[in-house]
Amino acid sequence: MVWKINRDRCLRCGGCVGVCPVQALHLTENGVIIDEERCVECGNCEKICPVGAISLDGDEE
Amino acid sequence: MRDVVVVGAGPAGCSVAKELADDGHDVVVFEKRQEIGAPKRCGEGISTSAMDDLALDIPENCRMQSINGALVFSPNGDNVVIDSGQTVGWIVERKMFDKWMAVRAAESGAEIRAKSEVVDLLPDNKGVVVNTYEGREEIESKMVIAAGGVESIIARKAGVRDQSYTSLVDSGYQYEMANLELKDKNKLELYFGDEIAPRGYVWVFPKGDNVANVGIGISGEMEETAKYYLDKFLEKSDRFDDASIVEVNSGMIPVGGFLGDMAAENFLVVGDAANQVNPIHGGGIREGIKAGKIASEVASRCLSEDDTSKENLKEYNDMWWDRRGRDLVKVENLREVLEDLDDDDLNYLAKKLEGEDLMDFTRGKRLSKLGKLLMKRPKMIKSARKLI
Repeated sequence: MVWKINRDRCLRCGGCVGVCPVQALHLTENGVIIDEERCVECGNCEKICPVGAISLDGDEE
Repeated sequence: MRDVVVVGAGPAGCSVAKELADDGHDVVVFEKRQEIGAPKRCGEGISTSAMDDLALDIPENCRMQSINGALVFSPNGDNVVIDSGQTVGWIVERKMFDKWMAVRAAESGAEIRAKSEVVDLLPDNKGVVVNTYEGREEIESKMVIAAGGVESIIARKAGVRDQSYTSLVDSGYQYEMANLELKDKNKLELYFGDEIAPRGYVWVFPKGDNVANVGIGISGEMEETAKYYLDKFLEKSDRFDDASIVEVNSGMIPVGGFLGDMAAENFLVVGDAANQVNPIHGGGIREGIKAGKIASEVASRCLSEDDTSKENLKEYNDMWWDRRGRDLVKVENLREVLEDLDDDDLNYLAKKLEGEDLMDFTRGKRLSKLGKLLMKRPKMIKSARKLI
């Protein structure tokens, strides 16, 4: 399973970075980057994102 | 070696930098964005009482609209009118305001460097690693002050904060709209209700005759997004049909979880990065600047004594809790109680309360009045006791 960031939607506000428990997310001038090695798939970033730009790809429908 | 590195050039960072520079310390502020203050993550309101408290003489060109009260709408559409009969606040232009704060800090002697992102701390927090046009630079300093907002990784690297918990943050989304008919350009509009904005509210903050920040904050744990709820709200009213969107903003808003310990060896944290935000209305400008002033008092003393150990810096904790923390915790308790209210409760309160009551509540004052009203709602008795 892989987290996907929809760059058309992302407003680079950094909310997801603040709720990540393992510092797997990083806000740069070019958008948010996810370190998949660190990610523990807790889903906090998906919940907090105001615009629905983060989703878990391959999640069961 | 510099005296102080400040991470982030928002109101909190520029406040602490200006005060320290005024005291003669050598300060550099790194801001990761190419433009200070943009894009905003803010409804842009500040009260005149906050401006007085902070001795903040905001220039005319940053002030977009004077505010004399608010229209507070309960879920069934009833409203409570708050009319102070005089200016009690301003909607500012953050692009201008933040830049003004930075210019002021620079004029006091602080060095500001935009488009310079701090990516790491040097050992013992005695400086930072920063990405600039020239590449990676190491800047040594006697101490570091983190003011990097909700996404601050530096405060977390220093071990003074954990992540923000989704239960203690709101998800925020906003359009700045033009060609919009305002109910009263001198009044904020606030809309409450579980369907409208779960655990939060929709706001319309006027920025002139027909321009406003129209935004929403909702619980950080909802299935649907803040955008979903705001778009739904806008669709329901035809007054937004002809309005244009001139800016889109989003952000995460701390609504509690104040830190007991905001100091480390050669290190302090201020502003949103320390969750220093009013938990009821989500406003952070005042808290950031206030904390910056308190942090500068302590840091300035410690620098003069050539002792920026945690032991010496931790006076900041006591001073902040004494001057702001205790009141803000009362406001956080109020938020927790309000969270339990359903739409019927809110409709009931709208009938029973006057504008002045609401003003007092958001400052953590006279909460027992609210407590007593809620005691009359059987299922609210338990939470009501928290307020009495």
